Amino acid sequence: MTTSAGHPRNPGMALDLSLIEGVRVNRSAAERRAAGFGSRRSVKKTHQAAWLVNAIRLIDLTTLSGDDTAGKVKRLCAKARAPLARRIVEGLGIEDVGLKVGAVCVYPTMVPHAVEALEGSGIPVASVATGFPAGLMPLDLRLKEIEWAVAQGAAEIDIVISRELALKGDWQALYDEVKAMREACGEAHLKAILATGELGTLTNVHAASMVAMQAGADFIKTSTGKEGVNATLPVSLTMVRALRDYGEATGYKIGFKPAGGIKAAKEALAWQVLMKEELGRDWLEPDLFRFGASSMLGDIERQLEHHVTGRYAASHRHAMS
Amino acid sequence: MSIQDILRTMDYGTAPEDASIVTAWLEKHQNGLGHFIDGAFTDPGETFEVANPATGEVIAHVTQGSEADVDAAVAAARRAQPKWAALSGHERARYLYAIARHVQQHTRFLAVLETIDNGKPIRESRDIDVPLVARHFYHHAGWAELAEDEFAGTEPYGVCGQVIPWNFPLLMLAWKIAPALAAGNTVVLKPAEYTPLTALAFAEICVEVGLPAGVVNIVTGDGATGAAIVAHKGVDKVAFTGSTEVGRRIREQTAGTGKGLTLELGGKSPFVVMQDADLDAAVEGVVDAIWFNQGQVCCAGARVLVAEAVEDRLVAKLTARMKTLRVGDPLDKNTDMGAIVHPVQLARIRRLMEEGAAEGVTITQGEAPEGCFYPPTLVTDVAPASVLSTEEIFGPVVTVTPFRTPDDAVELANNTAYGLAASIWSENVNTCLDLAGQIKAGVVWINCTNVFDAGAGFGGYRESGFGREGGREGMMAYRRHHARRGEVVEPAEPHAIPGENAGAGIDRTAKLYIGGRQARPDSGYVYQVPGGLAGLGNRKDIRNAVEAAAKAGSWGAQTGHNRAQVLYYLGENLSARAAEFTERLAAFGASKADAKAEVDCAIRRCFWHAAQADKFDGAVHATKSAHVTLAMHEPLGIIGIVCPDVAPLAGLISLVLPAIAMGNRVVVVPSQSKPLAATDFYQVLETSDMPGGVVNIVTGPRDALAKTLAEHDGVDGMWYVGGAGAMVEKASAGNLKQTWVEPDRARDWIGADGQGRGFLHRATQVKNIWVPYGA
Repeated sequence: MTTSAGHPRNPGMALDLSLIEGVRVNRSAAERRAAGFGSRRSVKKTHQAAWLVNAIRLIDLTTLSGDDTAGKVKRLCAKARAPLARRIVEGLGIEDVGLKVGAVCVYPTMVPHAVEALEGSGIPVASVATGFPAGLMPLDLRLKEIEWAVAQGAAEIDIVISRELALKGDWQALYDEVKAMREACGEAHLKAILATGELGTLTNVHAASMVAMQAGADFIKTSTGKEGVNATLPVSLTMVRALRDYGEATGYKIGFKPAGGIKAAKEALAWQVLMKEELGRDWLEPDLFRFGASSMLGDIERQLEHHVTGRYAASHRHAMS
Repeated sequence: MSIQDILRTMDYGTAPEDASIVTAWLEKHQNGLGHFIDGAFTDPGETFEVANPATGEVIAHVTQGSEADVDAAVAAARRAQPKWAALSGHERARYLYAIARHVQQHTRFLAVLETIDNGKPIRESRDIDVPLVARHFYHHAGWAELAEDEFAGTEPYGVCGQVIPWNFPLLMLAWKIAPALAAGNTVVLKPAEYTPLTALAFAEICVEVGLPAGVVNIVTGDGATGAAIVAHKGVDKVAFTGSTEVGRRIREQTAGTGKGLTLELGGKSPFVVMQDADLDAAVEGVVDAIWFNQGQVCCAGARVLVAEAVEDRLVAKLTARMKTLRVGDPLDKNTDMGAIVHPVQLARIRRLMEEGAAEGVTITQGEAPEGCFYPPTLVTDVAPASVLSTEEIFGPVVTVTPFRTPDDAVELANNTAYGLAASIWSENVNTCLDLAGQIKAGVVWINCTNVFDAGAGFGGYRESGFGREGGREGMMAYRRHHARRGEVVEPAEPHAIPGENAGAGIDRTAKLYIGGRQARPDSGYVYQVPGGLAGLGNRKDIRNAVEAAAKAGSWGAQTGHNRAQVLYYLGENLSARAAEFTERLAAFGASKADAKAEVDCAIRRCFWHAAQADKFDGAVHATKSAHVTLAMHEPLGIIGIVCPDVAPLAGLISLVLPAIAMGNRVVVVPSQSKPLAATDFYQVLETSDMPGGVVNIVTGPRDALAKTLAEHDGVDGMWYVGGAGAMVEKASAGNLKQTWVEPDRARDWIGADGQGRGFLHRATQVKNIWVPYGA
């Protein structure tokens, strides 16, 4: 089985602690490097517009609220199909691109509504599962939840790891859980949410990333969006480097998804720079990189309208989700 | 290019910085730029061309400073200095604050001008150079405010002659001018010939803020102009940043002139990667170390020393990272490495690389465009003996050499004539601090590199120069203790011909004292002195004494408490033999009361220095957030001490004790005419648990022995009291050892002048250790 771009899917591997426990991540150095992505690379004018368009292709357009309804999900899906106003698409000259977001991400009970609303669009539905966001639910129920969401038509499952296992350094148990989840996913892709804001250290972030990949994760993802601290560049850098180490050890390409708190178009650029600098061009495609975001699309749309018209845009003139 | 095309490649495109304002400035000055003297710009004289190295285009014509220009500038600085120094600290602070504000407000202009003149990427000039310049003036506005309180008992030098290099033109100007002005000096500064433009723009800022005329003078020109400033009689202090070769010449040139001197010279700094380092972090460290400013950085981590266990992985990661570096148009915000400053430098890099290649090293390179550019370069399979490991290349070239153990790493790190900076990468704090202590460098960065702040001192050990720039230690380089006048006392020639009556009593044999043992002089001769016969030491005795001192290195690693115990014991034993020492001094002709006073003084000095041994400690500087910046006082190493001819006991004690209290080992040449107080003293040393080799005593002809010591490359500092200070300073240029020379009778060795923190400062050098933290 391969991904849409033809990369073979990560089958996982036996737990190898040498790739996990030998690595120490230096936080201040990671912060220094992360600060450079915004200042060392500058994407301007037409290139900036293109990079923002690309960011739209990478968005997992998300709603994960207690008050989600079928209606709300349908609105979101409509925006996912047509993320930019027609005048902007024409102004940018990208009518032929067939621009759409990377996926729509919802709670399990919202999956059927999303699947219906997205029918024929080619946009996959991603479902969070495994007792999202805390994951503190018996394992058999978490696995059942995955199976249920897959049965409802979810093509991607965003699972949460047990933070307790990571904090205790019980890598074997964490590995076993994620491996079982991967099996429960079947053909659906597994995105492992590490909830990095609750892991304490970057060294732990690296270790948890490595365990998830060894257990067969297709993507590693920073956050649920519900932790106190969600996606940050230093955390992302750490995960991306773990992903690179894994790739060097196994030959498999793993995807990365920062999520939570990414709101500005400028951030979309910084994260893409990070991916390109640390991993290369391949990681600017939706099969290997996604943004978990909802409000960022609005800011990107305003920036692109400015690019087209030269006038600053107002959000009420853009369709909401 | 269409958006669809870009979506396929996802290239960054170009992001050129707009240079139109700077272009307009250059056009305004198209008829040539003069000097800035006495608050005004002179008409352009005989000019030379200044080019943009990235394009080769001539962008300005700048005046070649003549001796007359230098005369005028020094005269203006001299006229302005008394008034400037007489201003209150607060008033000087207001000017420095204004300069800081204006630099900050002109940041973009200065950054673009610097990039066009120097070839460095706009990202660096904009984000690093110019912000550090502003920070430096802010910080020193503070020192100006506080100078009278914080540096009581000192005064400004007067007129400072300053010569700066082309690698950080405006930043080096700030490092020179800010402390000089804060301390109450006025300056004549010469920017480098390749990069004079931001200095002239800075002069315009001086006009803008209304700085009094003559306080800052900028004279442009080549090496000859610099030499004229250094040699000028009206200059009281010389500060130079540049090559070790020129630094050495300046040391020779200023010898005996009484001018203050600080030198910030070359380096070949080690970058040590331990097995447990965060390798990805270390890779970015190398980028910041050697691929920063095209490698044209004196403190660049040019020698990667890596644990053999992780060598292959590090090299693979470095090779991959190097390929993502973008070399090209310095004005493009996406450029990582810009142009080499001048074709002459490019040719030098190429020549060294050809020499290295001929030795059979492996060279891996990134890409660079045609023109005055050089690609990022990684050299592997390179031995410590390679020209690429020893020569400062001053280009984007890093060597990788494996080591086996931490001890091996330290030895390789210290296997250089330089000692400017070091970078250490390990996730183990024990390892980091152990290596930081052992590596001989003025700046040590732990898990980071090329981090600077105005609040911390910067400067080297060994042949990387002396003096610090930044922080309190940097300010001290621009204030001096009130000038001392002495007189030249020429001791009588030592006579080795037997025959004079040596006096009555049981004969006592005074020998040399080397490595904790009494030793006969190599010459086999003695000379007559009051009280008997003294060994006639020669250069071989000095050689032996320095060897013995080198073996006693563990003295500096002992706790201050342990050293204090030895010094107290010394005082105790001296006290027990006070009567005998008093008699000896009286026999030299001193009155009984004076002799007693001198012995009492010697005993008190023992106690005072024992007290200081564990108290003259360093500081933690307030620099950047989430960094601990430790300013450690470390001993110089081996100090040659040539004692005053007067006060044969107190003079010796007053100089030897601060040196050894701070952990140095010494080779002492006692009073030539009355050496027997010193030879009595070694018996006290022997009974006081002083480890062998810490204090070595060689009697004999003062200046001949001093010359051998000053020329000795294994001696790190030279303290000399006598009439041949110029000779000592000149002879010390060989390894750029720190010197302190003074004529005889310039101070009362038995009085309060014979001890103090000033002595301890001279006995130590500051090592700044940067430790960023984050769990």
